[in-house]
Amino acid sequence: MKKESFSNRRKFILTMARGVGLSAMGALVWSAYVGEVKAAPLILRPPGALPEEDFLKTCIKCGLCVEACPYDTLLLAKPGDNNPIGTPFFVPKDIACYMCDDIPCVPICPTGALDTASVQSEVEGEMVWDIMKMDMGVAVVDVQSCIAFWGIQCDACYRACPLMDEAIIIEYDKNERTGKHAFMKPVVISDVCTGCGLCERACVTEKPAIFVLPNEIALGKAGDHYIKGWDKADEARLKDAKGETTTTELSKESALDSLNDMGDLY
Amino acid sequence: MRKIRYLLMRRFVQIGLLILYFGANAYGWKILQGNLSGSLLFETIPLADPYALVQMLFAGAVLATDILIGGLIIALLYAIVGGRAFCSWVCPINMVTDLANWLRRKLGISKVQKRVYMSRSLRYWMLGLSLLLSLVMGVAAFELISPISMVHRGLVFGMGLGFGAIIVIFLFDLFVHENAWCGHICPLGGFYSILGKISLIRVRHDADACTACMKCVEVCPEKEVLHMVAKRSESVLMGECTNCARCIEVCDDDALNFSLRSLVKKEKENT
Repeated sequence: MKKESFSNRRKFILTMARGVGLSAMGALVWSAYVGEVKAAPLILRPPGALPEEDFLKTCIKCGLCVEACPYDTLLLAKPGDNNPIGTPFFVPKDIACYMCDDIPCVPICPTGALDTASVQSEVEGEMVWDIMKMDMGVAVVDVQSCIAFWGIQCDACYRACPLMDEAIIIEYDKNERTGKHAFMKPVVISDVCTGCGLCERACVTEKPAIFVLPNEIALGKAGDHYIKGWDKADEARLKDAKGETTTTELSKESALDSLNDMGDLY
Repeated sequence: MRKIRYLLMRRFVQIGLLILYFGANAYGWKILQGNLSGSLLFETIPLADPYALVQMLFAGAVLATDILIGGLIIALLYAIVGGRAFCSWVCPINMVTDLANWLRRKLGISKVQKRVYMSRSLRYWMLGLSLLLSLVMGVAAFELISPISMVHRGLVFGMGLGFGAIIVIFLFDLFVHENAWCGHICPLGGFYSILGKISLIRVRHDADACTACMKCVEVCPEKEVLHMVAKRSESVLMGECTNCARCIEVCDDDALNFSLRSLVKKEKENT
C-alpha cells in the first residue's frame, strides 16, 4: 500500500517534470519569435497611439480603427509583413493619413491603445478633436536626392502638406552656380509635423526624397545640458535643475590646500 | 438531413459570423465590426476575447472600460450558457480541423498509424506558458502566434501568409495526430474548457436507451468526456466538451440529447 502511493507520487512528479521540460522548450521558441516580431522600430502607428511598448501591450488587434478609416490608410499587419501581427499601421507612400477633422480611427478603439485625450484640446471647457496634436511620425528630407536642393523648382511636398507653411516651410537661398536663380528648399519643422505622409506621397522623385519616420528614429534630444537662454519657455526646464558635483581622486581636496602644502618641495 | 442538422447549424453560425465581419470591413455594414479578438455589435455593444484580455493584463496593459465590459459579456455568455461552444460554433479553425478529422476517419489513418503520444493537458501547459510569457515579454504572447486570430483576421482584413497557418494545422491534424490542435494544443480551447465547466447547456446521456454501439465515442473530438456512455445516465459535465452535438447526430438510439444542467445534485440516480 505504501509502495503504491509512493509510486503514484513519483508518477505525478515525473509527469509535471515532463510538462516543465516541454514548456521550457516551447518557451524558448515562442519567446524568440515574440521578441523578434515585437522589434519593428520603423512602423508608423495610427494617430493617438500610445508609445510603441505600451501600444503593443494594449492593442487587442481588433481592426476597428482600420474599418473606421475612410481612406483605407490603415492596415492590419498580416503574417509576412514583418510587423507585429494584427496591429494597425500605415504606409504613407501607398496611402497617407488625410488627417480627418473628427479623427474617426481614435474614438472607436476599445482598449485605449489609441488615446483619445492625446488628440483632443480643451476649447471653452469642452474637449474637441485637434488634428494639430496628431503625432504619427516626422518627415525627413534627404537633401542629396531632393531636386529642390539641386536648384530645380519643385514645391510638391510643401503644397501637399495639410499644414502648409507650418510643418513644411520654404527656405530661400541664392543659387551661386547660376548667379541669378534661387533655391527654394523645403524644410520640415519637426515639432509641427504630424507625420501624415502626404508629402512623401506627393514627392516626385523615383524614391521619395521626403519620407516619414517614427519620432523615436528621426528625432534627437538636446537634453538638460543645453538651454535656449533667450527662450522663456525653454529656460523653464532649468527650474528643477540641481547642481551635481563629481569628486575624483585629484579633486577631493581643495586646490588651495595643494599650494599651502609645501612639504613636498623640500 | 437529421444526421447533419447540428453540423449545418454550426456551419451556418460560423460562416454567418464570418460574413458579418467581412461585410463590416468590405462594405461598411454596422452589424458586427472588428474581429474575434474584439468587436462592436450594432455600433454600441463591445465584445472581446476574454483570453486575450487576460494575456494583456498579464503583459501589464492598462485597459479601457469598454473592452473589459466586452470581455465580461463574452466570458459570461460561455460560462453561464454555452460552455466551450466557441470552439465548435464560432472558431473558424474548427472547420479546418473538422475536415482533417473527417478525412482521417474516411482514410482510416488512425487504424494504421501508431499513435503518437500527446497529452490532453498539453493545452493547459500552453495556457500557463502563454500567461508567463505575456508577463515576461510585456505583450500578449499567444495573440502574436494564434492561428485562430491569424486566420480570422486574414479572412476579414486580408490573408498574407496566414494560409500557412491553415495548412500547418490541417496537415498536422490529418497526418500526425487526430484532433491535435483543437483537442490537445490550443490554449484558447483550454481557457474555454475551464471557463465553461459550470455552464448550463449540457449533452445528456440516457444509458437505458443506449445500445453501446460507441459511434458517439468514435466521432467525438474530446473522447474522454463521454466516459459514461453505456454505463450511467448522466450529463456530460467535463469542461472539455465543446457542445458540438456530433454525438447527438450520430446516435441512432436517441440516447444523447441537449439538456439543461440539473442544478440539483442528483446526477447518478440510474446506475
